[in-house]
Amino acid sequence: MKKIALLGMPNTGKSTLFNRLTGSASRVGNWPGITVELLSGKILLGSEMVEIIDLPGIYDMHGFSEDEQVVRHFLHDNVPDLALIILNATQIERQLSLLLQLKQFNLNMIVLLNMADEAKKLGITIDAAKMSAAMGIPIFLLSAKYGSGYPEALQAITKTLRYSTPGMPETLRSQLEQDEHIEHEMARILQQSVQIPARLSDNLTTRLDSFMLHPWLGLPIFFGIMYLLFQAIFFFGQPLQAGVNETFGWLREAAIAPLLSSLPAALQGLLLDGVYNGIATVAAFVPLIVLFFLFMAIVEDTGYLSRAAFLMDALMSRMGLDGRSFVMLLMGFGCNVPALMGTRVMRSRSLRLLSMLVIPFSLCSARLQVFVFISAALFSPKAAPLVLFSLYLFSFASAILTAMLFKRFYPNSEPFVLELPPYRFPTLRQMVMRGWHEVYQFLHRASKFIVAGVVLVWLLTNLPTSAAPASADTWAGILGAWLHPLFAPIGITPDLTIALIFGFVAKEIVIGSLAVIYGLSGQALSGAMALQLDWVQAYSFMLFTLIYTPCLTTIATLRKESNSAGFMWFSIAWSLALAWLLSFAFYQVARALGY
Amino acid sequence: MTLSSMNPGDVATIVSIHTDEALHQRLLAMGFRVGKHIELIRKARFSGPLQVRIGTTDILLRKIEAEKIMVQA
Repeated sequence: MKKIALLGMPNTGKSTLFNRLTGSASRVGNWPGITVELLSGKILLGSEMVEIIDLPGIYDMHGFSEDEQVVRHFLHDNVPDLALIILNATQIERQLSLLLQLKQFNLNMIVLLNMADEAKKLGITIDAAKMSAAMGIPIFLLSAKYGSGYPEALQAITKTLRYSTPGMPETLRSQLEQDEHIEHEMARILQQSVQIPARLSDNLTTRLDSFMLHPWLGLPIFFGIMYLLFQAIFFFGQPLQAGVNETFGWLREAAIAPLLSSLPAALQGLLLDGVYNGIATVAAFVPLIVLFFLFMAIVEDTGYLSRAAFLMDALMSRMGLDGRSFVMLLMGFGCNVPALMGTRVMRSRSLRLLSMLVIPFSLCSARLQVFVFISAALFSPKAAPLVLFSLYLFSFASAILTAMLFKRFYPNSEPFVLELPPYRFPTLRQMVMRGWHEVYQFLHRASKFIVAGVVLVWLLTNLPTSAAPASADTWAGILGAWLHPLFAPIGITPDLTIALIFGFVAKEIVIGSLAVIYGLSGQALSGAMALQLDWVQAYSFMLFTLIYTPCLTTIATLRKESNSAGFMWFSIAWSLALAWLLSFAFYQVARALGY
Repeated sequence: MTLSSMNPGDVATIVSIHTDEALHQRLLAMGFRVGKHIELIRKARFSGPLQVRIGTTDILLRKIEAEKIMVQA
């Protein structure tokens, strides 16, 4: 099958074009010579199927960033039949350098000058025919967002693909240092075919930025926007998530359970409470991820994410992070999973890893449910809000502490030189595509792992078959008793240890598991817990719940996004250690003070 | 003078760039070339990053990096 590679700088609308070309028929996959997965899609062009590969956006063919290496290695080991070079027409004067570098590789290529609509508005006129003649490459103007110029470009691509590809010269590397030559070439071509007005007329962006990046108003506006986003995800997400849970519950009672009723009880339990619940856990995340990325598409594609980086960088750079990490950390307070996936906007691996190490400390909505229940059961109505507030403070403090401790192990290799694009509004199509792609990747990457984890915890809490579920006689109970010397100094009873083992799956089921363990629910459970625990133990339990691994889905996402089991284990180990240390310090100090 | 010592609204010409090679490549690709006009749009609070404009592109960079770029008014 013939291969077409999409190449271009960041912020050129490359992904929008990729989505327009491939529709929803794309997948992630591995390629020879590189370790990162790339998005590709197969489409019918003319009379044959071709594969289109979306390469990461790069600034420079001889750059040092990870993405630039990926592109070089990819091209070296997978010479495409055609390279589609996407340039931003509004920035043609500087993007031409990448094209001239690529031209030296002797690739079969077609150039698409994207955002032709925007260039026109700015008064930039480009004579594509003249430029094409000057460079000896077919060049087309188009708008990937609105589709103008797209049919002509597609036709040219189909036609070009019929010819065979000249191979890439092995002397590629030695040709790389030719900036001098490129400089002159650029000036010549620009003079012939491009006219740029002396003063740009994009007043809207300038006016908006005078508010959004205002020295005093900028930060309050930023926090206001984050608050609204957060509320919106909650407002729409929770009913949707509840709906998914109800549907799965209904399906279980109405269809799955009757279907399995002839099986032995243990096998029924395994299939229903293990496998089926695992699938339901995965499904419950889907509406959250779609919503999160619909909103992220707005924040990112409008260009606001770069503005957030500008506003927050002074503070975050001291922690070895940048402003974009802060946005993801805040979003993590809704749900850690999409926030971890969202770190993909950061192109430096070490910056991403450090952000991913920090995000799981965000007090997500699932943990909030546990804290609301326990603080209502063990604290007075007056004290309960303060307890919740203090847990939010601990959440931030753990994140900051982790970043400060580990920043030197994840030195940021990427210079902080970001483009600040003009404000644009994404089309609905772009937003929906984004949500769909992210859900697809989540399901593709994490679902098996999550189901396996849920099954494992079911086995631990239900075997041997002679024991009552979640009792002290199960493997989980035995494990809890065995771990008792470790948990006694932080005030956590063996009963609660079993709940923590359940909590590995998801924090949503912690209260449910306590109900099973105590054999009580609702008010009765609150009462029983208030009798058996004092507030110091309860607070210690909440601290531990806050800081240790949020859920299996987070673990699965960490593993897939970092592409490293080692990193996943490190994150689990560090969060357990920090959870224990903080709970220990709190419990022992509180007891020493006589509480 | 250095880029970091410019004030918002100032326009200057890039004279020289003294950075390591990785950053130099990135700056080149962003349009930082000797002889180009550069305008300082704004500076973030608390010694945060600078927003500069070269041609049609707006760029954010940190103060520490801006100190390595020499300009002339």
